Amino acid sequence: MAYVPLADQDSEMEMHHPHSWVTKYVWSQDHKVIAIQYGGIAIAVGVVALILSLLMRMQLGFPETFDLIDPSSYYQSVTMHGMIMVVYMLTALLLGGFGNYLIPLMCGARDMVFPFLNMLSVWVYALSVIILMSSFFVSGGPTGAGWTLYPPQTTMAGTPGHDMGIVLMLLSLAVFIVAFTMGGLNYVTTVLQYRCRGLTMMRLPLTVWGIFIATILGLFAFPALLVSAIMMLFDILLGTSFFMPAVIESGTPLDHNGGSPILFQHLFWFFGHPEVYIVALPAFGLVSDVLSTHARKNIFGYRMMVWAIIAIGGLSFVVWAHHMYVSGMHPYFGFFFATTTLIIAVPTALKVYNWVLTLWEGDIRLNAPMYFAIGFIFTFIHGGLTGLFLGNVVIDLPLSDTYFVVAHFHMVMGVSPVLVIFAALYHWYPKVTGRMFHEGMAKAHFWITFLGTYAIYLPMHYLGFLGVPRRYYAMGSTDFIPESAQDLNAAITIAALIVGAAQILFFINIFWSLRNGKPSGPNPWGSASLEWQTPDTPPKHGNWGDELPTVYRWAYDYSVPGAHEDFIPQNVPESEEPTADEQHFDPDHDASKADA
Amino acid sequence: MSLIKTLTEKPWERKGVIGGLNPEGAFESPPERVALGFFLTIASVIFSMFGVSYVIRMSLPDWEPLAEPSQLWLNTGLLAISSILFQWARNIANAGKQKNLMTAFIGGGVFALLFIAGQMVIWENLQATGFYVASNPANSFFYLLTGLHIAHLLGGLWVWSKSSIRLISGSKPEDVRLSIELCTLYWHFLLIVWLVIFAILSNT
Repeated sequence: MAYVPLADQDSEMEMHHPHSWVTKYVWSQDHKVIAIQYGGIAIAVGVVALILSLLMRMQLGFPETFDLIDPSSYYQSVTMHGMIMVVYMLTALLLGGFGNYLIPLMCGARDMVFPFLNMLSVWVYALSVIILMSSFFVSGGPTGAGWTLYPPQTTMAGTPGHDMGIVLMLLSLAVFIVAFTMGGLNYVTTVLQYRCRGLTMMRLPLTVWGIFIATILGLFAFPALLVSAIMMLFDILLGTSFFMPAVIESGTPLDHNGGSPILFQHLFWFFGHPEVYIVALPAFGLVSDVLSTHARKNIFGYRMMVWAIIAIGGLSFVVWAHHMYVSGMHPYFGFFFATTTLIIAVPTALKVYNWVLTLWEGDIRLNAPMYFAIGFIFTFIHGGLTGLFLGNVVIDLPLSDTYFVVAHFHMVMGVSPVLVIFAALYHWYPKVTGRMFHEGMAKAHFWITFLGTYAIYLPMHYLGFLGVPRRYYAMGSTDFIPESAQDLNAAITIAALIVGAAQILFFINIFWSLRNGKPSGPNPWGSASLEWQTPDTPPKHGNWGDELPTVYRWAYDYSVPGAHEDFIPQNVPESEEPTADEQHFDPDHDASKADA
Repeated sequence: MSLIKTLTEKPWERKGVIGGLNPEGAFESPPERVALGFFLTIASVIFSMFGVSYVIRMSLPDWEPLAEPSQLWLNTGLLAISSILFQWARNIANAGKQKNLMTAFIGGGVFALLFIAGQMVIWENLQATGFYVASNPANSFFYLLTGLHIAHLLGGLWVWSKSSIRLISGSKPEDVRLSIELCTLYWHFLLIVWLVIFAILSNT
């Protein structure tokens, strides 16, 4: 039998019910607790990465004033900041955090398909973070090779953390991939097999589509990173030469011979580029739902949005070498990857148009989640357009390894997903806690973050055009960079410190509101999707009480003409819709079984 | 499910309960088998990545082909027998019978253990004759690919051991039928992967 509603499996649910504090909050198999564990660890490790970035900015902005980090710890900060933010913060928070919380609720399920595997996933993820963090405390410190970990420089003396640091990084990544695979199998199987009665794939909110496709990307892309990590560990620990060429270190030839560093780059970026979309697609989904709910309009072009998510997911596997233009490649190869890179802009632009058209003539409610969601549209367009520059070989070559690149990827996959994460955290906070956050504090948080990030990254484009190279501890004196560039650097640092400090507002808000926020009620935004229709807020273990919901419509019935409210929840049958002009009637529908 | 039909549905037009207890788009399989399908795809990607790396690395000038030991043929036979025994166990369980089930299922795992032992013997012999892991990239890949394949088998043996304990402790065939089926699928997959690895190693 293909599908058995979990509600019919009483013994199963009884088995999973927590019986002690430890099984409820530590070794919990409840997807909601696991989501909060994932989110908590990801945000904590993200704060570490944020602090590292501020240390770097202090050095860059005021190189003679502060003596916080030396060149080695600067490179270590660059590396750890990048890797933590991309993998351990964004990926874990968007898929492990939001995926875990929202998939079962939006699918009308009681939990993930494999709750035990889900629990293992979060604790193996915690283990990967512990391994990574332990590299701060070993001899030589963490690796300073840059988050791309390119050999041979990664493993050679002169690169900080070339001994234990890089080993711990690779080990941690391998453990993370195991954790992700356990979680990912759960997400895809739950979406496919555990949707409730009536919930077709095309009735799923775009959040679920984004997370679903991103998970598939992750399941297919992370193996490339795993393979390269294993081979590099072999090179370091067993002396093989998969990637290591014949090389002389401090006048002494090393034992390696004939390896291919370019092979590593191909493997790394075969993972690395889909990774951008592993982060972006869930963010696209989340922001679509936030925009639609607060604009009181159905998402514009739902089918196109789904197709675009799938198209972007597919195309993301054939663009990887645009990260390697300066590594040298056959011109036709460069032409191919430039073309695919520009093609992927088409479905991406389509999504942007649809977000804007969702806002068009909407009954927009400008509350904090909406601020962040609209802010995302700005930063994403901005970062996307600079991506068109860098996707072209001839423009990429002079701009490669300059601050233009730093500005581009921070706008498109740093600031943009983070704005969506804040939008989503504020949007779903009432469901998770049963309380409202402080609106004024959240809006102050938005304005400082949004304007601050522009103050940080807009000038970086200009620095890039000047040719200021990235990953330099100090510039020294050069002919082509005017002294005034340093003033810009100082201004960027001040903006970064302000934005960094402003994040305290977010933490104060979410912790203060836990006790002092107004009770939110079950559905404060008037949202149509299923997670807002739970009998309890916050949802209890098992989510749905005695009976699973039945779905009668898609997740975007907002401002339906004739309806007495401006939204109709997914689990409301047509018979209970007080509409005069409803065109569609389903003769199979049995209203007596409705559980609105 | 028809993918195109699913993706071209207009959800704003269709109202009411669609699909009954089986929501459209769900596979007609237990979730465990769907998850295993995804896992096998992931494992295929991993092995393919190593395969691509092998081909690229092989084209570089320092590559010295390794003369594969003939014992690999014997080991391949052991793994094939293991796979056949699992299939036999699956057939018995699907028919709802008990006779020979334990012999077939446990025998399948034992032959997989023999295969692993055989691979270890090859490693020992290679080491003894000076073919170390770092001596040449061909050697490195030999150890890496065979090791990775063994690692996957060990994962399968962990599930096999749990199911075997259930069988020995008196579980009915229908209670372990799914486990047996999934183990069988996994073993067939690993046999195919091994045959591909063996073919690549032998011909390069």
